Amino acid sequence: MTLHARRKLVNQIALALSLGAMVFGLFWLLWILFEVVRLGFGGLSLDLFTKMTPPPGSEGGLLNAIVGSLILVGMASLVGTPIGILAGIYLAEYGQRGWLASATRFINDILLSAPSIVIGLFVYAVVVTRMKSFSGIAGIIALALIVIPVVVRTTENMLALVPNTLREAAFALGAQKWKVICYITARAARAGIVTGVLLAVARIAGETAPLLFTALSNQFWSLDVSEPMANLPVTIFKFAMSPFNDWQQIAWAGVFLITVGVLLINVLARLIFKEGFKQ
Amino acid sequence: MDITVAHPVVAVPTSDSITKQSPGLSARRKNSGLGDALFFNITRAFAVFTLLTLVGIIISLLISSWPSLQRFGISFLWHAEWNPPAQHFGALIPIYGTLVTSIIALAIAVPVSFGIALFLTELSPRWLRRPLGTAIELLAAIPSIVYGMWGLLVFAPFFGQYVQPVLAATLGNIPLVGTLFRGPSLGIGLLSAGIILAIMIIPFIAAVMRDVFSVTPSLLKESAYALGATTWEVTRKVVLPYTKVGVIGGVMLGLGRALGETMAVTFVIGNTNFLNNASLFSPGNSITSALANEFQEADPGLHSAALIELGLILFLITFLVLAASKWLLLRLSRGEGSRT
Repeated sequence: MTLHARRKLVNQIALALSLGAMVFGLFWLLWILFEVVRLGFGGLSLDLFTKMTPPPGSEGGLLNAIVGSLILVGMASLVGTPIGILAGIYLAEYGQRGWLASATRFINDILLSAPSIVIGLFVYAVVVTRMKSFSGIAGIIALALIVIPVVVRTTENMLALVPNTLREAAFALGAQKWKVICYITARAARAGIVTGVLLAVARIAGETAPLLFTALSNQFWSLDVSEPMANLPVTIFKFAMSPFNDWQQIAWAGVFLITVGVLLINVLARLIFKEGFKQ
Repeated sequence: MDITVAHPVVAVPTSDSITKQSPGLSARRKNSGLGDALFFNITRAFAVFTLLTLVGIIISLLISSWPSLQRFGISFLWHAEWNPPAQHFGALIPIYGTLVTSIIALAIAVPVSFGIALFLTELSPRWLRRPLGTAIELLAAIPSIVYGMWGLLVFAPFFGQYVQPVLAATLGNIPLVGTLFRGPSLGIGLLSAGIILAIMIIPFIAAVMRDVFSVTPSLLKESAYALGATTWEVTRKVVLPYTKVGVIGGVMLGLGRALGETMAVTFVIGNTNFLNNASLFSPGNSITSALANEFQEADPGLHSAALIELGLILFLITFLVLAASKWLLLRLSRGEGSRT
């Protein structure tokens, strides 16, 4: 075989393998989505949204878990977002030099990918042992700690995209720095920051591990955040691992809800980001 | 703070105040200094807060795991016995499970992610690039509990029935390597957990690889093409050497994810603290799955402390891996400007 032919062959094999890898990756995505829809869609019913989580062998739904999840995710986003945005503003606008900014940036990236179960352990050690009970508050704190690094990262990145000429123009008009940040740069980066917050919400919506030792779960209806709180992920975990068929059925429906919710938030985030860049 | 306030008002000094230098101006200056200082300090406080979170995590885990640290010392790391009734704890089995599943995951995910990144940057028609890239990113967005449940109820039965017997009949007969692929085909176990982890981390690694591949200057690639190099040769001899630091950083990022992943592993690893053979088919335990399964029911004494120590070990391992990844990726972005 000539050198030319061999090089062409090697190239073709490599490219075929590359195509194969792409197909391999998409195959899993499609298989997972297919099963989630097939097994989860069948479990959807009015009961799912109107009844509480049942004991095994009886009818029931996921109402308390859905409401609990909405409360936990909503409150955690409310707590984590402002903290994350302010810290991100510091990094982007004041943190060009100095050890504090670079250390924070480094630590934030570590926290961004830190095992979420360790965050759960931390909140257990600091909050749950103090309060002497699992509670919704502990769950909210754990989820908020996961929101913060995501929001910090995107806020900083988006502010960095704002052209410096915009800042200079505002300064030249005599604006104070904090007003430049609040009214000029933060507004210019608004779409990006909202995207970051949405991605953070999507991330915590499916988080199970940090809730296991904090919010725990609750079989009953409860809106009291100082008590254990029902939530979708932990309920799914419990029901899916159980040997009962009707529990598994409900778990599939819950997984369907979470997957659809998370994917929708992701798509929405992308759309907002695209719109923001069109302007 | 509401950043979306619709307030076009920027403090524009009127010509009046500039020309006359009225006494009001200096007062306003002072005020502006106050506003600026306030805002600066508030944002800095929250940056410090982020920093302190990490310190807080390490300190609180150290304190909570102190009884176990004191009792077992460093030998905690290599003792295999995990016996809550006897109050004897060793972390070998969970550490082994975490490492083995992560290694399996990397072994599968790295070549596949490389192929995907290559496809997305060099091969794919332009109109397909975005939708395919988005699909891979969506795969990363699916919560791990979905992977876990799918793994337990769909993948594991399929894997145990159709794939494991084939593996045992082929790879299982090779000397040395064969011991890894023997034993009953349960479906769940270390190998299944590793495969599901691989599916989970493929999108993370592929996304980083795609991003670093695309920072290779087109000039370099075009020069190589002009010399007659094939696509594969350009990738292998131009793109990869140029981006290798970033590629390794991306792999480390994926490794960090794999080490700390909880739900996807807990569902399928089998959750047993007994392991007496080298087979990857056998069920085991990982640090995260031990925590997820035992922590709620653990008695508050030594058992909890030992579990928290497991968490501390996991945190330190991932910290090192992620720090290395971050450092490598930084080096790439620094080299970006100077080498083009």
